[in-house]
Amino acid sequence: MSLDDFGAALPRPKPDFVPALTPLVVALVVAPFIGSASSFVTLTAAGLAMGMMIFTMASGLTLVFGMMDVLNFGHGAFISLGAYVATLVLLPLAHWAQVDSWPLDLALLALALAAAVVVCGLFGLIFERLVVVPVYGQHLKQILATIGGSIVAEQLLYALFGPDQIALAPPASFRGAFVLGDAAIEKYRVVATVVGLVVFVGLTLALNRTRIGLLIRAGVQDREMVEALGYRIDRLFVGVFMAGASLAGVGGVLWALYREQVHASMGGELLVLCFIVIIVGGLGSVGGCFISAILVGLIDNYAGFLAPKLAIVANILLMVVVLLWRPRGLYPVGGR
Amino acid sequence: MTARLALAGVHTHIGSYHILQGVDFDAPAGATTMLLGRNGAGKTTCLRTIMGLWRPSRGTIALGEATLSGLPASAIARAGVAYVPETMAVFADLTVRENLMLAAREGPLDERRLDWIFGFFPTLKRFWLSRAGSLSGGQKQMVSIARAIVEPRRLLLIDEPTKGLAPAIVGGLIDCLNEIKRLGATMVVVEQNFRVAREVGDFVRVMDNGRIVHAGPMAEFVADEALQARLIGLSLDSHQ
Repeated sequence: MSLDDFGAALPRPKPDFVPALTPLVVALVVAPFIGSASSFVTLTAAGLAMGMMIFTMASGLTLVFGMMDVLNFGHGAFISLGAYVATLVLLPLAHWAQVDSWPLDLALLALALAAAVVVCGLFGLIFERLVVVPVYGQHLKQILATIGGSIVAEQLLYALFGPDQIALAPPASFRGAFVLGDAAIEKYRVVATVVGLVVFVGLTLALNRTRIGLLIRAGVQDREMVEALGYRIDRLFVGVFMAGASLAGVGGVLWALYREQVHASMGGELLVLCFIVIIVGGLGSVGGCFISAILVGLIDNYAGFLAPKLAIVANILLMVVVLLWRPRGLYPVGGR
Repeated sequence: MTARLALAGVHTHIGSYHILQGVDFDAPAGATTMLLGRNGAGKTTCLRTIMGLWRPSRGTIALGEATLSGLPASAIARAGVAYVPETMAVFADLTVRENLMLAAREGPLDERRLDWIFGFFPTLKRFWLSRAGSLSGGQKQMVSIARAIVEPRRLLLIDEPTKGLAPAIVGGLIDCLNEIKRLGATMVVVEQNFRVAREVGDFVRVMDNGRIVHAGPMAEFVADEALQARLIGLSLDSHQ
């Protein structure tokens, strides 16, 4: 009998599928009010794409908040930085981006994403050492220091790249739409959804199948005990912060190509959505962050279509409803 | 493998509170030293200070030839110290297997060592793939202790291992602690249950107001009921 067989005969606790079904429930409830099937499909695809992009940005924030207990209001700066990195990579290669070739355009996107991962990871390291280290364990000071850090970062971006918005068109293959019957689904939204899914699967595998992932999951629950077991939690913190910044950068690249423009304050504008997503999902929970990002994306698009005046507050209402139902979020992490 | 633990003039401040006020004690190598005292005497702070979870503001802590004071908890753990906190601190969302995997720093889990642990705590084998958070308090305590002994350690710091446990489980725990001692590990155990302390301990150190107020062999302490009543505030009968 191998170690994996021990306890196998015991009934396993039932997985909690109810929160995972909430996006489906929302879609089914809203569908009759949309009016036409094609609009519903288009809005749902748009919501999913937006959800995946928000998830990519917020997943780093939930890991940093969950594990390091750091309220990083500077997370938005890495989103903006990732977007600027995309301009640095894609604008000089614009002649290639004009060629309608899926392999070439996917390679360009991969190059921009890889550059954002590296650059944002390195700036994450600097930000953590300079801004976050002095305020570990002090929430109020963290808020002040990271907001201050984000203002400095934003102004540096303006100083480096100028005050004007930079236009960034997606590569040729990503423009236009797939047409399914009467419904049109923008190609780029499909690409963004696939990238978001790849990030989610990659993160889930890394957290559940690797020793580092095991340490991060344990660290989210009880940092002190991880250290008492002999692991350098400070090094793990640095690694998680860099990974969080890199994920924000990836989200920034995706968002920049979605909006087709880049400016230094775009990260700050998205930060509120990121915080809503990680609170609704359960602090520190990547799975919860994924589900709640989809919810936020769907509700934002449905509300924008059905009741534009409500769209601004729709996600705040979502947070209120979810927290009344599950005060620790959809998938709370043990010990939090 | 075994090593003597020695604390000399250890002071610990937590915020503005001066908790340990010059703790001097030693835990002989390969023996079990019971740390007793009234609530709030500083026992848990003492263990956490040894483990590096609180930094001593003064004094030295040494394990054998190695100085522990001033080192971070991770370095102290790598020096061969294992800690079982009063709260058990199991990783609730991880399985029993994953909890033990994290504690096995030297490599994969040793199946012979696990069989030895399962001898004391057969329940762990049954709940091997269950989330630790779904276990009962006693079972979590087993996970916490198993995590500390999943690899050989030089020093075990155990805080109130029998707290809240059913008497049937306490018996197995006593056997386990005695077996760990037989294998040569040095242990410092904080325990409120005097019956357990008497059965497991070789030496006793009594704390009060952040200082050691009595040190000696357990047998002498057990024989002196007046001393017990004076130092830990309860007669032996009330503990039985």
